[in-house]
Amino acid sequence: MRRAAGAVLAVTLAASALAGCSATGGKRAEERAAAAKAGGRSAVNTPKWTIGMVTHSADGDTFWDIVQSGAQQAAVKDNVKFLYAHSDQAQDQAQLVQSYIDKKVDGLIVTLAKPDAMKAVVAQATKAGIPVITVNSGAEQSKAFGALTHIGQDETTAGEAVGEQLDKEHRKKALCVIHEQGNVGLEQRCAGAKKTFTGQLQNLYVDGTSTPDVQSSIEAKLQADPSIDSVVTLGAPFADAALQAKQTAGSKAEIDTFDLNQQVAAKLGSGALGFAVDQQPYLQGYEAVDLLWLYKYNRDVLGGGNPVLTGPQIVTKKDASALEAYAKRGTR
Amino acid sequence: MTATAPSVRPPGDAPGGDERLLRASPLRKLMGRPELGSVVGAIAVFLFFALIADSFLRASSLATVLYAASTIGIMAVPVSLLMIGGEFDLSAGVMVTSSALVSSMFSYQMTANAWVGVGVSLVVTLAFGAFNGFMLTVTKLPSFIITLGTFLMLTGLNLGFTKLIDGTVSSKTIGDMWGFDSAREVFASTWTVGGMDLKVTILWWLVMIAVATWILLRTRFGNWIFAAGGNADMARAVGVPVKRTKILLYMGVGFGAWVAGQNLLFSFDAVQSGEGVGNELIYIIAAVIGGCLITGGYGSAIGSAVGALIFGMTNKGIVFAEWNPDWFKFFVGAMLLLATLLNTWVRRRAEESRS
Repeated sequence: MRRAAGAVLAVTLAASALAGCSATGGKRAEERAAAAKAGGRSAVNTPKWTIGMVTHSADGDTFWDIVQSGAQQAAVKDNVKFLYAHSDQAQDQAQLVQSYIDKKVDGLIVTLAKPDAMKAVVAQATKAGIPVITVNSGAEQSKAFGALTHIGQDETTAGEAVGEQLDKEHRKKALCVIHEQGNVGLEQRCAGAKKTFTGQLQNLYVDGTSTPDVQSSIEAKLQADPSIDSVVTLGAPFADAALQAKQTAGSKAEIDTFDLNQQVAAKLGSGALGFAVDQQPYLQGYEAVDLLWLYKYNRDVLGGGNPVLTGPQIVTKKDASALEAYAKRGTR
Repeated sequence: MTATAPSVRPPGDAPGGDERLLRASPLRKLMGRPELGSVVGAIAVFLFFALIADSFLRASSLATVLYAASTIGIMAVPVSLLMIGGEFDLSAGVMVTSSALVSSMFSYQMTANAWVGVGVSLVVTLAFGAFNGFMLTVTKLPSFIITLGTFLMLTGLNLGFTKLIDGTVSSKTIGDMWGFDSAREVFASTWTVGGMDLKVTILWWLVMIAVATWILLRTRFGNWIFAAGGNADMARAVGVPVKRTKILLYMGVGFGAWVAGQNLLFSFDAVQSGEGVGNELIYIIAAVIGGCLITGGYGSAIGSAVGALIFGMTNKGIVFAEWNPDWFKFFVGAMLLLATLLNTWVRRRAEESRS
């Protein structure tokens, strides 16, 4: 009996292997793409330094995943041991940085989304002689706290770029969806957009850790105010939720977003999304590790005391096809 | 108020017949303590990380672990008392943030000395606690429901008020105001002891453990807590003021939130309004690991401290051990389960050996 069952199973498996294969997508396509990527060998023979990175990311965040993959790629090249930790609670984030200082890492990469909370630990690090590079948020505080340099996008500038773009498209009433309460950078984006946009712009707070909540909140807003003609989400995963909300609410609003991912790139190509403002997260992780390596190796500091900007880069339909492949492998 | 400790009786006048008056041997006393299991668990976790993570045993690392434990422990002490009293408080996490926000916003808006804000914040958090306890005793609804409501209301109040008053989602900095430095000394200073940077929260925590333990074991109020949590109707029948006890216990949680919140404020100078959500469960976990029963009537303050220590060690130990952060929460959860299992197993063994 059991043998018969085994035979049946083997036959079905063989049959499905022959007939049931998808010629497109799936795991195998991913493997082919990975094979075409560069090999993972270090290109230098400097000592194996340890670099720790602590961000304010919540669990399972697309954006920070891309930052991490950039940092890891650079770490492989630079023969660096890369450690990563994150917490969306300020006190916890500060304690994590402290843990890396206790570990005596050779370099630190820190985000200053909550600058006041990070002030003391960054000072601790510099006191202990650990070079610090700030990424993504905290351009204003970076120098004062004693960091080597800051890598990221100036959020206000990025917001202003959005406001200008909305004006270019003759929009009248926009909605700015803030998905992380207490993040100064997100507030600055909306404030920047408000400054340059000649129409009306409202902020809407949603809980970014729960996509259904994001969708239903936007939906309710669009239903309540049909005159909204554009929705700007501040993160790639939320653009999709906004699209769903637009459909259910039967709204005509254009959806635009900050940041990129695979879906956003595809939807830019198909015209479902208007434009995306990218700050190139891969570059933030990659450059942070690389600049720390350069500092350890050669005391080089980039930027001449000013932040090294990785954005904003407005991405529209015409760039979408090139970016889609890169987004697919998790680097854009 | 206090029942005096039994003094050592002079030999010779011991009434030989009554076994209730016999003094238990110290070992036997130890075996009967609720926190015994958690101490074994804590030692196990400590040894585990000491072996696995080479930087875990450094003085500076241990100071970080202690700080992490104290920020949880300060709240775990009153939460454990409340749980012994048979109730939950789900609003404890965001109440810490509320406490910090009230303090900083009041000082800033009134341009008052930082200590004024600190005082107002104490009154407000005690009022929140009293509200929880009052609602519980008046409505007779389960505390789980009442405090779930308070939790959501406070989350909204934190954000709404901060945005309304300060115009942003974080409170304005009060670092340049009078009284800030002295308040920082009290709530968030650091002492360097033999190469370890010890935070003052550790001292607050120890004092709170001592006071809570004294209340539980040496006062009439302590007996009321155990009685109210063990069987409220029976307690009421023998004249224990159950309502007053529970309201006071909730106010105790308010007091803990005040201390933790002031630490948050004076460590970091500005407070993010959206934080603190989820921490209430961590306090409850710390109390449970420390031997508190979910159903009430059993537990100890020292146990909650050991529970907080286990949580702090696990939390930071994983970082020192360089494990992949994606799995972080899984490891924390697994460690907590193991610690609690070990704890119940040890306690059961202890109870068997006593009988």
